Amino acid sequence: MPEPDAAVLARRSEIAVALRAIVAGEGVIDDVDALRVYESDGLTAYRQHPMLVVLPQTTAQVAAILRYCDENRVRVVPRGSGTSLSGGALPLADAVLLGLAKLNRIVEVDLANRVAVVQPGVTNLAVTRAVEADGFYYAPDPSSQIACSIGGNVAENSGGVHCLKYGLTTNNVLGVELVLMSGEILRLGGRQLDSSGLDLLGVIVGSEGLLGVVTEVIVRLLPKPETARALLIGFSSVEGAGNCVAEVIAAGIIPAGMEMMDRLAVQAAEAFVKVGYPLDVAALLIVELDGSEAECSELIGEVERIAHANGAVSVRISQDEEERLAFWAGRKSAFPAVGRLAPDYYCMDGTIPRRRLPEVLTRMAELSNQYGLEVANVFHAGDGNLHPLILYDANQPGQLDRAEAFGADILRLCVKVGGVLTGEHGVGVEKRDLMPEMFSNVDLEHQEGLKHAFDPQMLLNPGKVFPNLHRCAELGRMHIHAGQVPFPDIPRF
Amino acid sequence: MASNFIFPADEVELCEAIMSAATKRERLAIHGGSSKRDVGRLVDATRLDMSTFTGIVDYDPHELVLTARAGTPLADIQKLVAEQGQMLAFDPFDHGPLFGRPAGQSTIGGVVAAGAAGSQRLAFGGVRDHLLGCRAVSGRGELFVSGAKVVKNVTGFDIPKLLAGSWGRLAAITELTLKVLPAPRLTVTLVLTGLDPVRAVAAMTAAMASQAEVAAAAHLPGTVAVTALRVQGFQASVTARCALLTQCLTVFGQLESVAAKEGEAIWGALRTLAPLPSDRPLWKISIPPAAGGALVQQIEKTGAQWLLDWAGGLVWVASDEPALVRSAAAEAGGHAMLVRAPPAMRDVVPAFHPQAMGVAAIEQRVRRNFDPHGVFETGRF
Repeated sequence: MPEPDAAVLARRSEIAVALRAIVAGEGVIDDVDALRVYESDGLTAYRQHPMLVVLPQTTAQVAAILRYCDENRVRVVPRGSGTSLSGGALPLADAVLLGLAKLNRIVEVDLANRVAVVQPGVTNLAVTRAVEADGFYYAPDPSSQIACSIGGNVAENSGGVHCLKYGLTTNNVLGVELVLMSGEILRLGGRQLDSSGLDLLGVIVGSEGLLGVVTEVIVRLLPKPETARALLIGFSSVEGAGNCVAEVIAAGIIPAGMEMMDRLAVQAAEAFVKVGYPLDVAALLIVELDGSEAECSELIGEVERIAHANGAVSVRISQDEEERLAFWAGRKSAFPAVGRLAPDYYCMDGTIPRRRLPEVLTRMAELSNQYGLEVANVFHAGDGNLHPLILYDANQPGQLDRAEAFGADILRLCVKVGGVLTGEHGVGVEKRDLMPEMFSNVDLEHQEGLKHAFDPQMLLNPGKVFPNLHRCAELGRMHIHAGQVPFPDIPRF
Repeated sequence: MASNFIFPADEVELCEAIMSAATKRERLAIHGGSSKRDVGRLVDATRLDMSTFTGIVDYDPHELVLTARAGTPLADIQKLVAEQGQMLAFDPFDHGPLFGRPAGQSTIGGVVAAGAAGSQRLAFGGVRDHLLGCRAVSGRGELFVSGAKVVKNVTGFDIPKLLAGSWGRLAAITELTLKVLPAPRLTVTLVLTGLDPVRAVAAMTAAMASQAEVAAAAHLPGTVAVTALRVQGFQASVTARCALLTQCLTVFGQLESVAAKEGEAIWGALRTLAPLPSDRPLWKISIPPAAGGALVQQIEKTGAQWLLDWAGGLVWVASDEPALVRSAAAEAGGHAMLVRAPPAMRDVVPAFHPQAMGVAAIEQRVRRNFDPHGVFETGRF
């Protein structure tokens, strides 16, 4: 992380006073014990007390806070619900933690345009709760949807089990109100489908809090499907399950969700929730179909046929909503279930081309032996997003380091087979130093240049995403010929 | 007009050409199939021709991704994916016919750079939603990679989103990866007739709020106005959803299924915009869909002609009144792009809708990041 700035730390009480002038009373937290609540996010291996916490309630307050911090060169770390799995909201010792949980109103539901306008602190599930009586829902459904905020979803471009069919956050957000580090308030996008000019909204979504602070979000709403049904399919080999997934896609079927679990994950989940998962399988698939009754019936039959053709050893089809939810209960509790097998686990998030799955799992088993740590796998099989869960015990000396090294090797493997470091959890602090595995210096410089365009002093969420964030002047090297700047008529920033 | 041409043979030559342009104070206009060359102001710039960057790099239908070089003709890609029972779900929009040129000359790079999506964009998303990764040479003369070749990725800033619809102002794309999806086994077009535009938008809104999963929804005025809804997918499902729509839309009249050929004629009209006069300035207005009906009623009074797509969210307008079109679009909460106009009008009326000052400033800084020397600042926009 960037070195704490001693000069800023020395001004802590002065900064607290200035922030209290913007957000009165309990909106500014400087008590050391109260600050502890904010010391980490969902990636609990990293902890750091923030210098101060400020909890604004309006866009104007957010703008005033950012302007003050920009003018006084104080770093700012934005935070939604603190459920990031990559340390995106990890505080800095010399930074103000900007909590957006109090911006939690649903501003407007506009069913005629099939959008909702919400503040960033609204939880993901609350959007659906607000519109489900009218037959609509908000499609992205990260596993933490009870707790995670829409603002955080925008920052991380969150996915979920249904994103193969319905897209990530970026495909379901039409507009934002954004406050720049300078305090300037911008509106990007709107209730229309296309934005005018460059698609700045597209780069804000997934920018992990480095470009600006989102204070309002316009999300797309979809009509809730008439029905959903699921199949629970056991295979004696991972290859069989992988082939089944490929053939479902080849048949022109895009399931609402298609999840795979390996033997260890299946056994852990069954021991935890007892929903009747078969225990004698090498891989278990959950395939969910949604839409009209007619569509689900037709496709269930087709998926069942494909499953048998690929050597399925067991096939169950949900007969009612209760059974469908039971199929999912094991999958949705896979993380805590695996968590019971060891004192700690470390969750990875690479994506691979699906056809490479068997070799990736074979190599992962070899690495597991090499590091002496067990690994369970849950896999968004439809889109190739792999969540290996590495089991370890942080109280055993060296195990955390070994788990992290194992995880890094898994991610390198993902990149090597043509995949990526992170499919939905974000780079954050966790995978920052692995970015060069996937991007060259030139690639990274083009991304960092965006950071400079939005936040020239690099005060917003520094230390995240980029292994070595360059100062503006080091980039965009000017090719000056004969002492002349080309195109002097063009404004430069 | 362009006096010089550059045909780089590969990425190395492309980098050199851009670097050299920067030092020589030359400006470059990127060309693919040139189907959109008459959008925006006439420019005096060297033509950077990308037509040597052709060919499919990788296509594995089971992975739902296709990687192609940017100069590959769109028609080749559409043929290739169709052979595998797949489609580009954003429904590429071909600008050629708008300018009296034959269809099918666009390159995939041009379609992506213009963010050109058709009627199906309503249900499946735009180019931005299907562009997964790019190799491109920026105005710095440097080759860079962004995004990836898998469907799910959040590693680093999502630069492909910026490149989609950037109209050649940031970088010359050399290779791109798109998400592809299964093509529907069956497509049915249902129509309501004789609705005024406000009622038509209300009907389309009701259809979109239903569980019928409408893939496209458009309204064409005329002696007999036609409101068309497209339902596609698996046989049994399409039948059930058509029945559902008929029931949902009873208050708007009798929903009739039309023959495949007639349906194709309706969607074809929204691709070529043939119902609009070809000799008037053409505007593309993007607005909140529910506002579409009122907007066209308002501009019709000024002599404008129009077509509605995207359930009301996209209005194609033929009008000689720039100020009226732009203010109507802005009042409805959206924006208007000038797509086609005589050179004299293009000279004074910018193609893009004017932006709020703060947004314009940040956009300018973003452009300087990719193109510090202004190589791609041809003045076209």
